[in-house]
Amino acid sequence: MITTTKGLMNEELLEKREGVVDNDKEYTTWVEYWLDGELVHRSAHVTFKRQAVSANSAIGEF
Amino acid sequence: MANTQAMCTSFKKEILNAIHQFGAPTIVSRTSLTVPTPDSFKAALYLVSATRGAGDTVYSVTGEVSGTNYVAGGVALTGAQDWIEPNSSGTTGFSTPTANIVYTTVTLSTAFDAVLIYNSTQGDKAVSVHTFGSQTITAGTLTLTMPTNDATTGLIRIA
Repeated sequence: MITTTKGLMNEELLEKREGVVDNDKEYTTWVEYWLDGELVHRSAHVTFKRQAVSANSAIGEF
Repeated sequence: MANTQAMCTSFKKEILNAIHQFGAPTIVSRTSLTVPTPDSFKAALYLVSATRGAGDTVYSVTGEVSGTNYVAGGVALTGAQDWIEPNSSGTTGFSTPTANIVYTTVTLSTAFDAVLIYNSTQGDKAVSVHTFGSQTITAGTLTLTMPTNDATTGLIRIA
């Protein structure tokens, strides 16, 4: 059963579409379920890779 | 404008003042507090049109997503403590949230591409902004899976 905009639905009644984004920052998968041309469910799973969030440290010199 | 991945500049100042408590260290008493408990942190999502970045000092509702089952301010980080005990390797200090960040059964129809992590114990002070490919969610779940907690990929790194 899948949570949808129309409540819980049997997956077999829906058209399933999936996709992947893979780059240096993330590996993301998404899944969509469609009913008669209407998007009724979309989930995404973003896996962070190497996020460029860092602070370079420095010290003063006398 | 757009969201920009960054460690917030105010956070860099605040860690010098020991405002943020990621772990549970034993410290030398300055007055009375020697074993502080870790702070609590939250994660808020922002629209593609928002302008979150290094200049953020505190959590803001401006540009935040809205939708079914999403509460303003986002979700709390979870785990025995929100961040893995800060560590170092080589010349880099690092830490990463203990658990993945999950927004369950939400509908977020307007595209978003950033998450702001902030310290909800310390006046919602901003920590960092992380960007990813534009997403929408429909009656579904968004999971942000944390990277390996090491000196190369840890979510917060000070080299």
